[in-house]
Amino acid sequence: MLEIKNLHASVDGNEILRGIDLTVNAGEVHAVMGPNGSGKSTLAQVLAGHPAYDVTAGEVRYEGRDLLAMEPEERAQAGVFLAFQYPVEIPGVSNAYFLRSAYNELRKARGEEEVDPLDFLQVMEERLKLVDMDDSMLSRSVNTGFSGGEKKRNEILQMAVLQPKLAILDETDSGLDIDALRIVAHGVNQLRRPDNATVVVTHYQRLLNYIVPDRVHVLAGGRIVKSGGKELAVELEARGYDWVTEPQPA
Amino acid sequence: MTQQIYLTDFETFASNGGGVGPSWVPRLRRAAIARFAELGFPTPRNEDWHFTSVAPIAEAEFHPLEAASGEVRAADLAPFVFGRVDWPTIVFVNGRHAPNLSTMATLPSGIRVMDLAQAWREAPDLLERHLSKIATFDDQSFTALNTAFMYDGAVVHIAKDVQADAPIHLLHVVDPIAARAVMHPRHLIVVGRHASARVIESYVSLGDARYFSNAVTEVALGEGAHLAHYKIQRESRRAFHVGTIQVHQPRDSKYASFSFATGAALSRTNIYTILDGDGAEVSLNGLYMVDGEQHVDHQTRIEHAQPNCASHEVYKGILDGASHGVFNGKVFVRPIAQKTDGKQENNNLLLSDKARIDTKPQLEIFADDVKCTHGATVGKLDTMSLFYMKSRGLPHEVARRLLIYAFAADVIERLEVPEVRDALEELTLRRFSLVEGEPGAKGQGPGGGSGAEE
Repeated sequence: MLEIKNLHASVDGNEILRGIDLTVNAGEVHAVMGPNGSGKSTLAQVLAGHPAYDVTAGEVRYEGRDLLAMEPEERAQAGVFLAFQYPVEIPGVSNAYFLRSAYNELRKARGEEEVDPLDFLQVMEERLKLVDMDDSMLSRSVNTGFSGGEKKRNEILQMAVLQPKLAILDETDSGLDIDALRIVAHGVNQLRRPDNATVVVTHYQRLLNYIVPDRVHVLAGGRIVKSGGKELAVELEARGYDWVTEPQPA
Repeated sequence: MTQQIYLTDFETFASNGGGVGPSWVPRLRRAAIARFAELGFPTPRNEDWHFTSVAPIAEAEFHPLEAASGEVRAADLAPFVFGRVDWPTIVFVNGRHAPNLSTMATLPSGIRVMDLAQAWREAPDLLERHLSKIATFDDQSFTALNTAFMYDGAVVHIAKDVQADAPIHLLHVVDPIAARAVMHPRHLIVVGRHASARVIESYVSLGDARYFSNAVTEVALGEGAHLAHYKIQRESRRAFHVGTIQVHQPRDSKYASFSFATGAALSRTNIYTILDGDGAEVSLNGLYMVDGEQHVDHQTRIEHAQPNCASHEVYKGILDGASHGVFNGKVFVRPIAQKTDGKQENNNLLLSDKARIDTKPQLEIFADDVKCTHGATVGKLDTMSLFYMKSRGLPHEVARRLLIYAFAADVIERLEVPEVRDALEELTLRRFSLVEGEPGAKGQGPGGGSGAEE
């Protein structure tokens, strides 16, 4: 589904990613871990098409297409979803309007009919339960005045509404208490299907107790320095990052 | 020197009867044209006109129209009436009342809407009491000019204790026949003691003629009276518009103003109010949206002349192309005006590197027990917000339009007439569309959420 080859990317002339190779197949959950500044979030942002990052070398194929040649909205319409580490507040645009607009844009891209507000409300009812939110948040402006936990749950709600094929969760666990973490993880697990894939970017192993990965990769200095099964995450939690990253001064 | 043109045209106008009216009116006109002759057009040396040059108006040659004109049909007005043909609407075509287009058949008792000629005949005392008493012309060239030439306009009177339910619409339409004409609409709105009303004042155009609208509106509120007063300026993109609204507010009166300005090559809106009685309140809000070479200027002045009054002001501006915006908001607090509560804000969104805004919130406080704040911001579209929306599948154009709307949303939401709010929401969504004919939100307000979405 996703094939990353020798990906290099920089921001403001500083190279952050220095040759990433990663393959993710349908049905898999991959965890990308690493210390602060290792390039984890950059990888997530580059995959979503953040305009501040320049890809200087390498290629990314998504379902056989050249992902890097696609606009952020085309990527979303093709089924790529990034849950932001810092969801953006948009005062003046209601969550309901925003979600319905996004939902309908994706339907249009698939050649399906747009849904009207009433039908959309039915879609929402069931998705809201998934992240334990009530419908009062639909009339609030997007992320505006939301607590940290509400913002993260709102990201998962968007994911639940948009049903991506490839979901990338960027530090979705950061700043969450254990209850919120469980809710978010439950939401993600409910959305897993054999034909979609998830990349979980995280600093801590904690989230991986709830979202169990098939593969774990350690990122350091802009490269993947170690890959393994889910037991690697446990080992990282016990031993810290130094033993895998030492040859790579940050 | 085009000032002379106005003086010459005045002699013609005066010798042809100079509009009708009681005997004090010709004297008033004479005094006004004499004052205009002394003042001339304002220059950038005048502090109040520092950022707005009226040279394009002063150097052009505009003449008054000598007779009723225009080929406007009722169907042409559809885009401008908020879908409410049942609202009392007095229509002016090229500056003159068009009774066949107006709908004032069934005004409830206690509510009168007259044109100026009718008011001269039927309510001369009302006019003598207020006209040119609130909007004085000593230091106002354009008001002097309007007072000399005023020919038509609306006189709205709400009797004491009467609550006027339906908004009253004063609709000015200019069609291409008025090219190179100057019009001086003159309105008077009198709301009696403890009465309330909502008045919409629209300036719109069919076609893109170059003309000059020079409007003056005087508002006299009674004690405890409420008036919501919306000005919608959608003049032709080649036109010039100068409009002054001047308000007198006694004890416990409330005045809620909204100025929406999106048309004209050059426009200047003055809104002046005096809080002249204990407990009076004013809110002045506005939204201006321009592009290309347009110039839009708002000057507001709130004078706190008595204690315990409140003034709240939010103006937002969206500027694209090489347009130029000016906001100058003055709040004066006199020594006696203790416990004044004053808030003023002006926020601007620049969509292009060539667009420019000069913003100048001013507080002059001479009382010591007051709570006053003011502030101004200038910003650009947030690239993170754009990326966030696009990452959810919204095309660039849709995301951009929604963010522009979102910037303006909180000020639009302050409008208390839903039909006007929806119309301005729609106009805002469409204003900076990169795609021709892109549909707007079809009444499903992006900001609302609450109503239709639930």
